[in-house]
Amino acid sequence: MILIKNGLIYEASNKADATGNFVKKDILINGNKIEKIAANIKEDCKIIDAEGKHVFPGFVDMHTHLRDPGQTYKEDIYSGTRAAAKGGWTTVCAMPNTDPVVDNISTVEYIKRKAKDIGACKVLVIGAMTKKLEGKEISEIGNMLQGGIVAVSDDGGCIQSTKIALNTMKYASNFNIPIIVHSEDYSLSGKGQINSGKMSTKLGLSGIPALAEELMISRDIMLAENVGCHLHIAHISTRKSIELVRQAKEKGLNITAEVTPHHLLLTEEECSSYDTNTKVKPPLRTEKDRQACLEGLLDGTIDFIATDHAPHSDFEKEKEFNLASYGINSLETAFAVLYTELVLNNKMDLSFLIDKISTKPSQFLNINCGLLEKGKAADIAIADLEAEILFTPENMVSKSNNTPYINKTLKGKIVTTICEGKVVFLG
Amino acid sequence: MENSHNFIGRNLFDLDDWSADEIQAVLDATKVMKEVNQRDYKKLPILRGKTVCTLFFENSTRTLMSFELAADRLSADLVRFSANVSSLHKGESLQDTVYTVDAMGIDLYIIRHSYPGSPQLVHKYTGKPVLNAGDGPHAHPTQALLDMFSIWERTGTLKGLKVTIVGDVAHSRVVRSNLIGLKKMGANVTICGPKTLMPGYMQEVYGCKVEYDLKTALKNADAVMGLRMQLERQSDGLFPSLEEYTKLFTLSEETMRYAKKDALILHPGPMNRGVEILPGIADSDRSLILEQVTNGVAVRMALLFLILGGKL
Repeated sequence: MILIKNGLIYEASNKADATGNFVKKDILINGNKIEKIAANIKEDCKIIDAEGKHVFPGFVDMHTHLRDPGQTYKEDIYSGTRAAAKGGWTTVCAMPNTDPVVDNISTVEYIKRKAKDIGACKVLVIGAMTKKLEGKEISEIGNMLQGGIVAVSDDGGCIQSTKIALNTMKYASNFNIPIIVHSEDYSLSGKGQINSGKMSTKLGLSGIPALAEELMISRDIMLAENVGCHLHIAHISTRKSIELVRQAKEKGLNITAEVTPHHLLLTEEECSSYDTNTKVKPPLRTEKDRQACLEGLLDGTIDFIATDHAPHSDFEKEKEFNLASYGINSLETAFAVLYTELVLNNKMDLSFLIDKISTKPSQFLNINCGLLEKGKAADIAIADLEAEILFTPENMVSKSNNTPYINKTLKGKIVTTICEGKVVFLG
Repeated sequence: MENSHNFIGRNLFDLDDWSADEIQAVLDATKVMKEVNQRDYKKLPILRGKTVCTLFFENSTRTLMSFELAADRLSADLVRFSANVSSLHKGESLQDTVYTVDAMGIDLYIIRHSYPGSPQLVHKYTGKPVLNAGDGPHAHPTQALLDMFSIWERTGTLKGLKVTIVGDVAHSRVVRSNLIGLKKMGANVTICGPKTLMPGYMQEVYGCKVEYDLKTALKNADAVMGLRMQLERQSDGLFPSLEEYTKLFTLSEETMRYAKKDALILHPGPMNRGVEILPGIADSDRSLILEQVTNGVAVRMALLFLILGGKL
């Protein structure tokens, strides 16, 4: 048993506006569940003093690239789950674009087994929609479901053929799992490096137009309406994309969406010095798009925040911009970044942020997490909001350090992470 | 000649980091170098003992020759590294290549590369001054300086001049550097070409005028620059045929009538005669096209002199 004393405990609101409270109480953990939440609990067991600290339900990430199997020089299940634990995440969903691709039950089982054996947090698996993510043949979704996948996605890729996209959605809809799409029309994105806009013109880099994303979201919403399935839009990034989701929701369609910390906070301006840590898909967009992402999150059009943690090694980023890999490393930095930039700058309440990185994604996955209540999983992140945290290549737990926040000091340090009743990180 | 502005150790990634005063100082120094190049004995001993390295990751004949001749005429030691970009995809990284070359003791780099931002990387890896000889469609500042010199030498000023640049703006590094440089020197630039070859936000980013009709664009121009039009843009689906392009955008005696009577003609080369420019214009008295090549050597000598801090 573990007793967390005197922390400011997150209490979710029942209301739709998601504004919860923080109250000073103790939490008693028994095994892997929360046993009791009350003031002044007395118990003769291991005690964690959380005086002056905030206590959150562990964060849940719908969009993580663990790179295992096959690209373990970038990250693996051991390092990736420890990076997660350091960032306060207790559940992460592994994307299937590994090598081999997660398009069969044995790879699903490999990930689940390895995560269970050596992982510092829980790993849920997302299976590929099409074999090898090629967008040609439907993968064995039924088999993978038996192995325990929670959703399907061709993330990193996008099924270009409308017919195959339609059939894959139809087939997946048999199983009542979310279909997560990365929306990109390749004929428009081409060899694009950054957002198509002022910055691409100035830097002479080829652009990825907003239209490449919007057209595909538009198509997939129509397909999902036709099929009647749950469509989830990954890493939404443009003003019009958000407008499309808003309209779909108003129509009552089963469409959800996520946004990354970097699309909430950064714009194409960050690319001005050819820093390859800003190279990501979808690209960092304009200030208008960024504002729309924030508004979409605040008004509920966007359901939650997901990291799209995409580690890449130094040798894949330390090169010419055109040759560098796309992706931003995010698990360790996300909470501090979001707290510093959004909560401290009064863009949202702390409880709203917690709702969007813990409660809402848990509800989406229908898992027993995301709330601090009796009977819920003992997945907990304790933060010292006054403490500063500096991310350096030396102190990153991830195998990679490809983040624009490298060498920057932020506020909001996770000091303890508990997963399934076990302390998995102590800062 | 005094090295009055502090150019020593400076990079030339593009002209946005250089002030109008500094650009003027380069033009002034170019004039001196041009005079040297007209002598019987075209050599100055001022960079003796300095080592200049050309890193060319993209095919180039004239720019490479021009830089190498400039270094030779100032008595610098010159080494050349040239590689095909495709070999970079598998072989040694730019970082390793540059570390290797730098270990041989280089004082200044001149780089051409098909990927934007590469000159910044060379400076990051070596700490040495870097001259950008063209990085993808991004920038070609020495070409812009020689273009500006060529016009300035004839007109005595760039202030208030109308300069019209016509052609494939999207794929042109020359146009971007010229837009920055000419604007700093007070010229008004109009760019013209088909919409499919015009990047977005040109007016917002560069403060230039954008026209899609050649005659409107040429109206009252003091100087007109044609850009190379490549056939491969046709297969990229950006325009239907060279014939139609020529009808709409070629610099001919007829279309040049809309410009000022003695309007100067420039082209960064290599030219596609009969496509973006007709021979009657390219070879006319007001054409500066060969003069640009002559001035290119002098501009590059001036830059090497200013940055490596030689004394005259």
